[in-house]
Amino acid sequence: MVSLDLLLSAIVAGILLGGFYAAMTVGVSISFGMLDIVNIAHPAFIILGSYIAYIVNARLGIDPVVASILAAPLFYALGALIYQIYYVAFERRGDEALRGLAFFFGLLFITEVALILVFGVDYRFVETGYVGTTLHLGPIYLPLRMLVPFICSLMLVGALQLFLTRSFIGRAIMAVSQDQLALQLMAANPVRIKRIAFALSIASAGVAGALLIIIQPVEPSIGRDYIGRVFAICVLGGMGSFPGMVVAALLLGVVESITATFYGPSWAPAVAFGCLLLTLAFRPTGILGRRA
Amino acid sequence: MSNRVFWVVAFAVGAAAFALSLAVENEFYIRAAFVVLQFLVLATAWNLLGGYTGYVNFGTAAFFALGAYGSVVMEKLAPLPIPALVLVGGVVSGAVGLGMGYLTLRLRGAFFAIATLALAVVLQTLITNWDFVGGSRGAYIIAPAEIELLGHRIGYIRYLLLVMLLLSVIAVATARSVERSRLGFGFAAIRDDEQAAEAAGVPTLRLKLIATTLSGALMGMAGAPYPFYITYLDPASGFNLNYAINSIAMPMIGGMTSWVGPIVGALLIGTIQQFAIVTSFLGASPAVNLLVVGALLVAFVILAPRGIVGMMARLKGG
Repeated sequence: MVSLDLLLSAIVAGILLGGFYAAMTVGVSISFGMLDIVNIAHPAFIILGSYIAYIVNARLGIDPVVASILAAPLFYALGALIYQIYYVAFERRGDEALRGLAFFFGLLFITEVALILVFGVDYRFVETGYVGTTLHLGPIYLPLRMLVPFICSLMLVGALQLFLTRSFIGRAIMAVSQDQLALQLMAANPVRIKRIAFALSIASAGVAGALLIIIQPVEPSIGRDYIGRVFAICVLGGMGSFPGMVVAALLLGVVESITATFYGPSWAPAVAFGCLLLTLAFRPTGILGRRA
Repeated sequence: MSNRVFWVVAFAVGAAAFALSLAVENEFYIRAAFVVLQFLVLATAWNLLGGYTGYVNFGTAAFFALGAYGSVVMEKLAPLPIPALVLVGGVVSGAVGLGMGYLTLRLRGAFFAIATLALAVVLQTLITNWDFVGGSRGAYIIAPAEIELLGHRIGYIRYLLLVMLLLSVIAVATARSVERSRLGFGFAAIRDDEQAAEAAGVPTLRLKLIATTLSGALMGMAGAPYPFYITYLDPASGFNLNYAINSIAMPMIGGMTSWVGPIVGALLIGTIQQFAIVTSFLGASPAVNLLVVGALLVAFVILAPRGIVGMMARLKGG
């Protein structure tokens, strides 16, 4: 007999986890969903963000979330640089499908191995006042370690959604994802718009990294475990749609959490892949998606 | 050179290489040669799909590990000679390649690439949770010290080298035969413009499935002898991403459009890595090796997209 309390806590923990997955995926929704750039190195940049939050936290005692917001301009600049290389070397030549993918795969390795060489393979974690605290609501436990990233993540996604729908540049990004040629006819430069969008996606990875290291200790190679998850969520959510992405993230979080609770955590990574394969096989437009 | 002649020549080269290896006293060189040839097979197998049809497979490690774990399972159930294990590995990995391809190849290439990446993570999860093959603790395989072959006793590691040499010959000769067949022209049409190929009547899905199956099978065959080489196989070593990055980097660095490229890339990068490990060149550790391969991969795709073979052709052609 499945205990109802256990199931309830598993669902709550899954929602908190899923909310955090939204922060990890929002960058992929921009780069893969809107710009058609298959940035499989995205999780590596998330781990980079974790380590930057770790260093700033360990040296200066600044809260990891604040640290990641301070570091966001750096990630933005890194993203702009990567897009520029990608554009000149692959997109302009129409070579992104094969060599562009290999490029990001190489970046994934370089980032991961560089982190290993600098920090070693030890797990690192951050110290903040709230990491150890847990709120109790009747039978439900709300560890702040999960709740803070959940709230920050939803704020991040909300802010990006507002930016994309309300600001001029944001609307231009939506436009470039729909019809690049039409944007060009409006005398806007699609390369500049895409550079801004890609840089934003990398900046979001930096913030997601700080949230990750609040939730769990981090070592360089755990980024790989998230590749399947973030792309599964992005595809399941219908590629470029943020609301769909958040729903998919919550769904995956809950399913994973239930799997981990009742079958053991070592099975959790298989869930994301199962979702991804099923989505690709039966509903490649995602749950809320329209685009083919 | 016709394909039949090429097969004969390839076998002759393989036989000559084996004869040469018998003259080498130091077993370290034999072990190093085994690893380099293993990469040669993996790179050639990757190129069958990646280079010829343009579909990127990030899951080399998964297909390789399937072959290796296939051997572990057979060793526990019913021990077979290595050539039979190679066939088992080929069948298992080929079937997984076919299934993966069937689910994802009807969509854009990027989905296939992402799915292969996730496949590696998930198969590793499954193997880690499977106690029969040792789970996360790994499995020990006892390999005999020597084996009798045609009336001669040779060291087991030399026997493994012979198997890997044969596999290399088969892989390279297959790649070359495919390249010059109707199949190969179909692959090239898919790579250059899949929609146009489809419109011209090329059965693109069927060809892509043939490519994934063939490529996956060769990777599994390369993995089958591995447990006997390493004698202790755990998920972390079987699914090492080392295989994924090298099998992509080697054809990209060597040149992807012909069978020569993966050979050039594998011999060059593989030998450099073995050399660097032994001599601790520049303080090289396995991590530094990976960093170098990653950096070379990025440098080549940006600066020399046709690889070494393409650069040579350009120098020759002016």
